[in-house]
This record gives sequence, C-alpha cells and structure tokens, in this order.
Amino acid sequence: MNDKLYKIILFVAALAMPIVCGGVVYALVTDAYDAFEHFGFLNFLTSSEWSYTEGAEQYGALPFITGTLMTTMQALLFCIPFSLPVALFVGEYFKGTKIASVLSTVTDLLAGIPSIIYGLWGFYTLRPIIMALNISPQGSGVLTASLVLAIMIVPYAASLSAEFIKMVPNDLKEGAYSLGATRAEVVRKVIFPVAGSGIFSSYVLAIGRALGETMTVTMLIGNTNNIPDSITSTGNSMASIIANQFGEADDLRLSSLIAIGLILFLITALINMVGKIMIKRARIA
Amino acid sequence: MAKDKLMLWGICLLAALTAVPLLAILGEVLLRGYDQLSWSFFTEPTPTAYKAMKAIEAGEPIPGGIANGIIGTMIMLGMAVVVAVPLGILCGAFLAENGKNRFAQFVSYLTDLLQGTPSVIIGIITYIWVVVPMKGYSAIAGSVALCIMMLPLIIRSTEETLKILPASLKEAGLALGGNNARVMMKVQLPAAFGGIFTGVLLAISRVIGETAPLMFTALGCSFVRFAVDKPISAVPLLIWEFFNDPNLQELIWGASLFLLLFVLTLNILSKYLAKKWNQ
Repeated sequence: MNDKLYKIILFVAALAMPIVCGGVVYALVTDAYDAFEHFGFLNFLTSSEWSYTEGAEQYGALPFITGTLMTTMQALLFCIPFSLPVALFVGEYFKGTKIASVLSTVTDLLAGIPSIIYGLWGFYTLRPIIMALNISPQGSGVLTASLVLAIMIVPYAASLSAEFIKMVPNDLKEGAYSLGATRAEVVRKVIFPVAGSGIFSSYVLAIGRALGETMTVTMLIGNTNNIPDSITSTGNSMASIIANQFGEADDLRLSSLIAIGLILFLITALINMVGKIMIKRARIA
Repeated sequence: MAKDKLMLWGICLLAALTAVPLLAILGEVLLRGYDQLSWSFFTEPTPTAYKAMKAIEAGEPIPGGIANGIIGTMIMLGMAVVVAVPLGILCGAFLAENGKNRFAQFVSYLTDLLQGTPSVIIGIITYIWVVVPMKGYSAIAGSVALCIMMLPLIIRSTEETLKILPASLKEAGLALGGNNARVMMKVQLPAAFGGIFTGVLLAISRVIGETAPLMFTALGCSFVRFAVDKPISAVPLLIWEFFNDPNLQELIWGASLFLLLFVLTLNILSKYLAKKWNQ
C-alpha cells in the first residue's frame, strides 16, 4: 500500500466523525422544527403545559428543563462530600498505596454498573427507605432520583479530581511543611488553590454526565409532567420524558420530544465543552 | 494536630462510604437473583405474562428465561463491533498521525462531543436515521445506536495508545525502508494492540448495559430471533420489560445479576490486561 492511499484511507475514516455529528445536529434540528414553528421557540422553552388532548395539543419544555436542572444540581450537591474525600484519599493521603488502588477499583466498578441496575436498586431499596423515613409519601421523586444520580457521578468527579491533586508539585507541599504547616493546612492552603481549577472542571464534566442520565431518573423521578414544587415532589427530566413517551408519540408530540432532545443535546454539549476547555487550561497551568 | 487527625479520619470514613453502594447493589442483585439462575434461564425465551401469572397462582417458579435477550444482545453487539472497531482504529490512527493540524483537532473535538452526548439522544437519532426509513424497529437500528456509542471510546483509546508509543519505534521502522502504512500495520498497531484491545473491551462493557437507545431502535421481542431486519430483544431491554410488568417482576433479578456480572467481569478483565500489557 503506498503512502498516498494510506493517507486517504485514514482521512476518509476520520470523516466519519463530522458526518455523524453533522447528521445528529441536522436530524435533530429538522425534526424539532415542527414543534418550534408551531409553538414558537421561546414559548416552547417557557411553557409548562404538556397536554395531548387531541385538537388542543399544547407542549412546553419548562417542567422538564426544571426537572433536569433540579436533579443535576442536587446530585452534584450530594456527590461533592464523597467524591472530594475519595480524590484526596487516592491523590494525596494514600497516594500510590495498595489501598488507594483498591478504592479506585471500587469507584471504577461503580462507574461500570449499568444505569438500569442503579434504577432498580433505587426503586427497590432506596425508595422504601425514603418512604419509611416519611420524607415523601410515594417514595419516588426528584430527591430519590438525585441521590442515586449522585452515586453514579462520584466515580467521574473523583477520578479526575484525584488526577489533578496528584499533579500538585511536591516542592510546594514540602515548602509548606517546612514552614510548619499541618497536613490539613497543606490540603487547604496548597492543594486546593493549585488543583482548584482542575477539581472544578471535573465537577463540570460530572454535571455533563448527570444531565443526560436516562434510565435511573425515569425509574425514580415519578414521571409527572409538572414543575417540581419541592425537592421531594415528583416530576420528569428531559431525558425521562423522552424515554417515557417517545415510543407512543407521533406528529406534534414526537416533534416536541425531539425538540426537548435538541435542547438537552445543546446543554450537554455546552457543559462538556466548557469542562474540556477548563481541563486543558488546568493541565497547562 | 487534633484537627489534622480529624480530617484524616473524616476522609477515610467518607471515602470508605463510597464502597457501600457498590456492595449494597452487588449484594441485593446477588441475593435476589442467584436462585433464578439455572440452565433453562439461559436457554429459554421470556414467558408471556399469562403463563407467568398462571405459574404465580400455582405457586411455582416462573418458567422461561432470557435467551431472547442474550441472543439479541450478542447479534447487535457483534454487528456494532464489526463496524466500530476498524473504523475507530483508523480514525484513532488518523488523530495520532495528524495531531496538530486543524482538521484533526476538529475531529478530536467532535469525538469528545459524541462521547458526551446522552445515550437517549443517540436513540432518537438512530430512530430518525434508521427506523423511519426502514419503516420499522430492527436489530440493525439497535446495532447502529451501539456502534455510534462505541466509536468515540475506541477512537480515544487507539489515539492515546499510539501516542504513548516511543517515537523511536516508528522511526526505526521508517529507517528500515517501510513506508508510513507498512510501519503502522506491522509495527505501531501490533505494539499498541494491548491498549486498543482494552479500549474495545471497555467500550463493549459501556454499551452492553445501555437501555434507552435500544428502546426506540430494537424495541424488544419475546422469542429468540436471528433476523436482523426485525425487532429484537436485549438483556437490558428485558430488565426494563420485567420492571414494567407486575407478572414478570420475579425475573428482574436473575437478568440483572447476569448483566451485572458480565459488565463487571469485562471491567476487571480490561483493567487487569491493561496492567499486564503496560509492564
């Protein structure tokens, strides 16, 4: 095979990416167009009506955007107190030891569990606990979904944060120790400031994961098409409304669901892009 | 100093707590699923809801198993691997060879974009691309969805493995008179085999449990089927079906145990192989 042919083959293979991604955007935009045209783009985003009575169909994305943001933000909140200690454990306190590698294997395995199994566990184990604690009568809801979601994103946030914590130069830490700093002070005054932007970016990417998580949320959020009025009430996320209704929808409802898909795609793409850029900057610094 | 100790213990405690969900999930699935696993569970298709109801009324264990799901998963995964692995390797090789140019950076960015795209959206896309033109759900559609999800993972692992190979390896090959293509085929790819293989295993373990993209593409099917242009079942789809059908709920745990063990074994295996090949 000559070099020219080889280069062409590689180039053609690489073209697959622009074709697939271009196709994704094109398909989403053309199929969502009906909904946007019918309801108006802004109106679709801000309407909280979701009714498919024939003749008076009215679809708006607001309840699901709210649902997604609520579950994601709460999941992030629940995730930080566990992922940060894991990152410090693996990246600083027990760096390079056997026990650290055991812990990172545990988090790797957590990341490997399929989301439908997380959903089952949440439904059959966590939901009864929440009901028993009298937090909410039906057990499912935004809170239940975000608790399980938090467990799912801990591995992503922890492993990336640990990487940045490991990269903090030793002479900085030793300098602090020689000035009489305790370990806790080194963590607070040296590691966090130096690795901070990297740690922050790992949480941005964890948010990107949580936004699109489908099965777990579908099984736990309660599937009601309203704006959740408290953290324990039921709702629907963008991904879960699609999972619930896509199979039975047609015409305007199908187009509305695809429009929600487009919005979800754009939000995740944006968050992921921001996260990647921040990581690149943190690595250079 | 007391504060220091407190912080250390706090970190150890909270870090240890993250192991709790893993043990709890494994434990629950194992305890509730192990007595369902039998030979017939793997060789028989799902029972109808009526049959299952009769068995429950008679106090017998529900007959049937998940053979239709296992066959469906294997067919779709097989077709996805056949396309995604060569394409992903070529694309990864392109990125490793042209890392600095504009187009390669664009492709690299799109790979990240696709990797971050929620799986449910991959499902919608495949529905629009494949299910609508073919006028029906099919194994082909399901495998297209899995293929799109595997591609970025394989591209990344190929690119990264090729990039960490010593430059002298390629230079030695070129000095011996091989052209770029020959050196890639005979020197670089064989040397990178371990990393690429691990990447493929991880990609498989990532997509094998995917449910959402298959719901709108493969749909599901209650008997064993080998046709690729008809709706087909998959193990995660069966779990979703069992979850929604009160008569079949008994079968959830056996199917979940099978899926979980499969995925975790692939994960551990790929980690072990990666370690071994790196030495």
